Amino acid sequence: MAEERRQKLCSVILPTESMKAIAESVGVGSLQEESCLALSEEVSYRIKEIAQDALKFMHHGKRRKLTTGDIDHALKLKNVEPLYGFQSQEFIPFRFASGGGRELHFYEEKEVDLSDIINTPLPRVPLDVSLKAHWLSIDGVQPAIPENPPPVPKEQQKTDSTEPLKAVKPGQEEEGSIQTKGQGASSAEVKGKEKMRMKPRSTHELSVEQQLYYKEITEACVGSCEAKRAEALQSIATDPGLYQMLPRFSTFISEGVRVNVVQNNLALLIYLMRMVKALMDNPTLYLEKYLHELIPAVVTCIVSKQLCLRPDVDNHWALRDFAARLMAQSCKTFSTTTNNIQSRITKTFTKALLDDKTQWTTRYGCIAGLAELGHDVIKTLIIPRLSVEGARIKAVMDGPVVSNIDKIGADHVQSLLLKHCACVVAKTRPLPDMVDQYKADYGYLGTMLCSHVVKARAQAAFQAQTVNRTTLTITQPRPTLSMSQSGLSASSGSRTPNIIKVPSSLTLMSTRPGTPTQPSPPATKYIVMATSAGAASTQQVITLSSSQSGSSVTSTVPSNPTSLQPLVKLESGTTGAVSGSRPLQKYIVVSLPSSSSSLENKGSGVLPSSTSPISMESAVKLERSESPAANIQSPH
Amino acid sequence: IIRQKNPKKKTYYAAHVMTPLLSAPGEKMAAVQDAPMELDSEKETKPEILSDGTSNLSGNTASGTLSSPPLTAGGAPKQEDQQTLIAVLQFLRRNKLTESVDILRREACLEDQEDSQTLDGSGGGKGDGDGGDANSLLSRVSIASAAAPQSTLTPIPVKSEYDQPDVSVVLSAYSQQGDPSLYQVYYTGLKNFIESVLDCHRAELSQLFYPLFVHMYLELVYNNHETKAKAFFEKFSGDQECYYQDDLQILCGLTKKEHLKGNEALLDFRTSRFVLRISRDSYQLLKRHLQERHNNQIWNIIQEHLYIDIFDGMPRSKSQIDSMSGSFAGETRREVNKAKVFYGLLKEPEIEVPLDDEDDEAENEEGKPKKKKTKKDSMGSKSKKQDPNAPQQNRIPLPELKDSDKLDKIMYMKESTKRIRLGPENLPSICFYSFLNAYQGLTAVDFTDDSSLLAGGFADSTVRVWSATPKKLRKVKSAAELNLIDKESDDVLERIMDEKTASESKNLYGHSGPVYGVSFSPDRNYLLSSSEDGTVRLWSLQTFTCLVGYKGHNYPVWDTHFSPFGYYFVSGGHDRVARLWATDHYQPLRIFAGHLADVTCTRFHPNSNYVVTGSTDRTIRLWDVLNGNCVRFFTGHKGPIHSLAFSPNGKFLASGSTDGRVLLWDIGHGLMIGELKGHTDTIYALKFSRDGEILASGSMDNTVRLWDSMKAFDDMETDDFTAATGHIPLPDNSQELLLGMYHSKSTPVTHLHFTRRNLLLAAGAYNSQ
Repeated sequence: MAEERRQKLCSVILPTESMKAIAESVGVGSLQEESCLALSEEVSYRIKEIAQDALKFMHHGKRRKLTTGDIDHALKLKNVEPLYGFQSQEFIPFRFASGGGRELHFYEEKEVDLSDIINTPLPRVPLDVSLKAHWLSIDGVQPAIPENPPPVPKEQQKTDSTEPLKAVKPGQEEEGSIQTKGQGASSAEVKGKEKMRMKPRSTHELSVEQQLYYKEITEACVGSCEAKRAEALQSIATDPGLYQMLPRFSTFISEGVRVNVVQNNLALLIYLMRMVKALMDNPTLYLEKYLHELIPAVVTCIVSKQLCLRPDVDNHWALRDFAARLMAQSCKTFSTTTNNIQSRITKTFTKALLDDKTQWTTRYGCIAGLAELGHDVIKTLIIPRLSVEGARIKAVMDGPVVSNIDKIGADHVQSLLLKHCACVVAKTRPLPDMVDQYKADYGYLGTMLCSHVVKARAQAAFQAQTVNRTTLTITQPRPTLSMSQSGLSASSGSRTPNIIKVPSSLTLMSTRPGTPTQPSPPATKYIVMATSAGAASTQQVITLSSSQSGSSVTSTVPSNPTSLQPLVKLESGTTGAVSGSRPLQKYIVVSLPSSSSSLENKGSGVLPSSTSPISMESAVKLERSESPAANIQSPH
Repeated sequence: IIRQKNPKKKTYYAAHVMTPLLSAPGEKMAAVQDAPMELDSEKETKPEILSDGTSNLSGNTASGTLSSPPLTAGGAPKQEDQQTLIAVLQFLRRNKLTESVDILRREACLEDQEDSQTLDGSGGGKGDGDGGDANSLLSRVSIASAAAPQSTLTPIPVKSEYDQPDVSVVLSAYSQQGDPSLYQVYYTGLKNFIESVLDCHRAELSQLFYPLFVHMYLELVYNNHETKAKAFFEKFSGDQECYYQDDLQILCGLTKKEHLKGNEALLDFRTSRFVLRISRDSYQLLKRHLQERHNNQIWNIIQEHLYIDIFDGMPRSKSQIDSMSGSFAGETRREVNKAKVFYGLLKEPEIEVPLDDEDDEAENEEGKPKKKKTKKDSMGSKSKKQDPNAPQQNRIPLPELKDSDKLDKIMYMKESTKRIRLGPENLPSICFYSFLNAYQGLTAVDFTDDSSLLAGGFADSTVRVWSATPKKLRKVKSAAELNLIDKESDDVLERIMDEKTASESKNLYGHSGPVYGVSFSPDRNYLLSSSEDGTVRLWSLQTFTCLVGYKGHNYPVWDTHFSPFGYYFVSGGHDRVARLWATDHYQPLRIFAGHLADVTCTRFHPNSNYVVTGSTDRTIRLWDVLNGNCVRFFTGHKGPIHSLAFSPNGKFLASGSTDGRVLLWDIGHGLMIGELKGHTDTIYALKFSRDGEILASGSMDNTVRLWDSMKAFDDMETDDFTAATGHIPLPDNSQELLLGMYHSKSTPVTHLHFTRRNLLLAAGAYNSQ
């Protein structure tokens, strides 16, 4: 403790090299070491003094962040002229360059083209201060409204469910007791220390408003109006106060699946899976406690023998895909060493897969479920089975016509296998792609696999060559991904779906019972954001595709002020189309802050500091050029 | 190079010039002696060594009441004091401070030959004095004292009387010290001794570590033993209590003699004696040890720079000491808080309420007047009898009630009949006003007493006023338009308002820096705002224009607060003083000087006779408005104080600081009576409910917490106060007292307010990040 404190207190002094550099920058050539030392001590002391004064201003400004304004005011206290113009983000005036054994510090003064500035559209005027009142507490009880934080923060939900036996710490103890008091339930009578020891029991009574909400939401989710459903799902995915209703929702879903599987009601199953997805997306909920209800429901939707009335026509495959993705996502989020979800799920799938009598539908589900779990699973569990599965498919395809349903099933399994295995094989297998070799290794599917692999390789190479960036996996719930795109032409827009798997349920959305959907070319939306050195940014939405869905979405993307270089961002359109019939791809072309700040944002510190300044160019041009700014690796 | 500027100096000049007497509008008051008078007169009455520069401000008992000639104690002033006085007179005269010269002479009974009447009467050149004058004066003072025969005994106190402006004099006391290499030995010796004594004494004697450490370090630094100083610091800084961390951080940056000169915080540390409270037994032990070892170095420091308040009785425990220590200059001296404080409430004026019945018809028509009275009685000691603890009704002149005020009082009474009785079983509802899009710029908030208006101060120098009711804000029409209206009509008051520009909020522009404090006048006609630009501005809420800019603080003004009766207000700022103003005077009526660092927050006592100030020096002071004395001095916080609140009955005070603790104080006894722990960040807002049942605290940690203040106070009152020793055992019952905690959504709580019906309003700016 004392050691640590001393560490903190030891006086830090600016290096004497800085003094030299500063002296050099004002034209004093040779400064003696002693003077440097004296100067640096003096300067360090004064800087600390000013920082301490600036802290006062921060405290009185009721902030946690020290701002340049605080420093200015502190300087003013000392009768020193404040440093004006340090409001921008990119504020370190010194640039460092070394070469030829010399180190140089210099002010970087960019040449600014006035016409660029003039032509830049003005930033949006910042919103004026406004006042909004809400109830923080009503008679001592905090109402669960969006203005208030969720009653139980996600971290606590997590610790509650993962470590139920963990002794309640003093801090939490207080919180827990207050929480129950805050809920205003019957806990008021229980007093004293004993209560503190007990795990606070959450009440399961819903208020009238919550009951109404629950009714409305569940009805909308399984009702016939698609717009309402989208709204309801949106509410489930974003509203913070749902914690108390979570048990009801999970029961609703599990019961719903149980009933509708028996009745083969594909539409309802789809709606219920979308509810699961929405619950998972809600950042304030932690579902671990309810997985025992949710997982069986999801798995049912993956592997059930029959999900719809007319298996030959209905597109239940999409539901299986979707549910498999949900499963993979919950494995990723909730699997721990104690509950072992992932391994248990994997075992279940594998067992069904190994069984000869398994139907094609279930088989499809198992493979989809396994494939979504990642490349490693594909490599170890699916690829070795390729030849066996191939033989089975061959038997159906080439053999005597047993039933149309089997044929369709086999067909689907085949394409699924090819799709998933191709990219894995492409990565793992050494290069010469010989058809014979493939045939020998993978049997019946070898030929097709070979061509798929070749395609996959070509695509990867094409990508790597056009842009210096890797493809992104998009199975993440995060809606914003940055990616590079080779050109903004419409053709590339139509190609993207191959590269990018959008996790959204959009294909499913359109599914009306009984009519399989045709994947249609996605409407492509480009949001071109232009920013300038202001606080806000303007953005335009340009929809290139004519097949634009009814609602034009103008999303506000927080952007960094002061930026000159554009960067292409892709936003997956999870929430995009409310009534849309096609998946949406939104390209948000935001301008990228110049090197220093962008480095911070992206978290990759590989850029040399001597970035050549790039003036504002059209986005298309930038993407073609191999500019350093495009080098920034995507965070995924 | 950073120019040095000592705000203290200015303060003193201002104090001398300060002549306007406290006067209510209309009436003139009998001559009230100004605060600075005793500052001057005290010089003579101070022969003892222990006096120091600030003691006169920290509740000295020597003078204080009206017009009592303070010159008494020591008989005829000593020769050197005479000299000092003459020097002061000369200085004053040079700066044309005629009135002060006259008063000083009268007070000091100096019929000096040299006081010729050649002065022109252009008093008021307050800003004329510069550093050079002060220095020459000081040199004269020291020369004079050196020439005096008794100079061996008293050079330090004489200097310390004046040394605040002059750095070299302050520091020169450090110059003739012993061998620097032995410092570590000395300190280690003392440390070993203290660690070896009995447990009961150890805690008390451990208090010595910090002040000794700082003084020894400063001595080393002053005498240019930089490396030795650093070694000393490194070796022993880890031993200091964690609540001195902030000070140590300042200290560690300071390694050169030159640094000392500009650093006001350390100059103050040097000039004000660090106060320790030690039991007699422990003190004897220490004294014996030091004398045995002939450890003169430490003994000298103790003699010169520390003030040891010795009490008879049991030595205190570590926790007792910790609860009271932590301030910049040690603990409170016991005698400081002995002065009588009239904390009772003033008698409510009798208001005949004929309007009442016609005004309101809906509920309890005939029972109303009676009910009002009973309600009032239950709320506090506002009955017809005078509260024994209340000050004289006219102790300070208060403005007369206008008709509109009476109407408002009636409204208040009506509302209070509908007030919800709060308690642990009956918590208030909280309505949260979030400022959206404030971009981290919200710096201050205030509500009017009737909760109809809300004002916000912002970092962009604006003040905005919102209407919290559906009624829009209207301003009076312009002069040209006013000419057009019919002045005889009945609804002339309605007609003068400009309907066209009515809006939900109005902006007030005028400040040139962030606005750190806002306060509504009780009659809702005025708004005060204090800003970084050093001014306090008075705004009219009729015309929404600035009426007056009060200049006086030359540095940021951190807070301002209107008296509960209007007319007076108090402000406090970076210049370490709080000032009392009247709205119709452009200069302050009182200057409350004594804090060793910024005055961060200021509040009026409900009876308007006292003002409380909190400071960055981690102390709270209660000042008497009548004579400017500091009557209470509270230590115990471990960080700068950012919020203060009086209980509605005037008996208690709550204070919140950056350390996240709320401390409760009994004003009458001058004691800490409670500690509320729980917040994890600075507490910016404190408020008692209307009947004092509940204390609400709002903090930077995005929570509002409700505490059972009744219980906290009751528990204490059942104990018999051990006022003699000045400390009582504090129960650690924060958890029991906490009634509720409500998280906001990343919105720090900047202000809290109870409506007249006990609904709690909270306000803060939403942080989108």
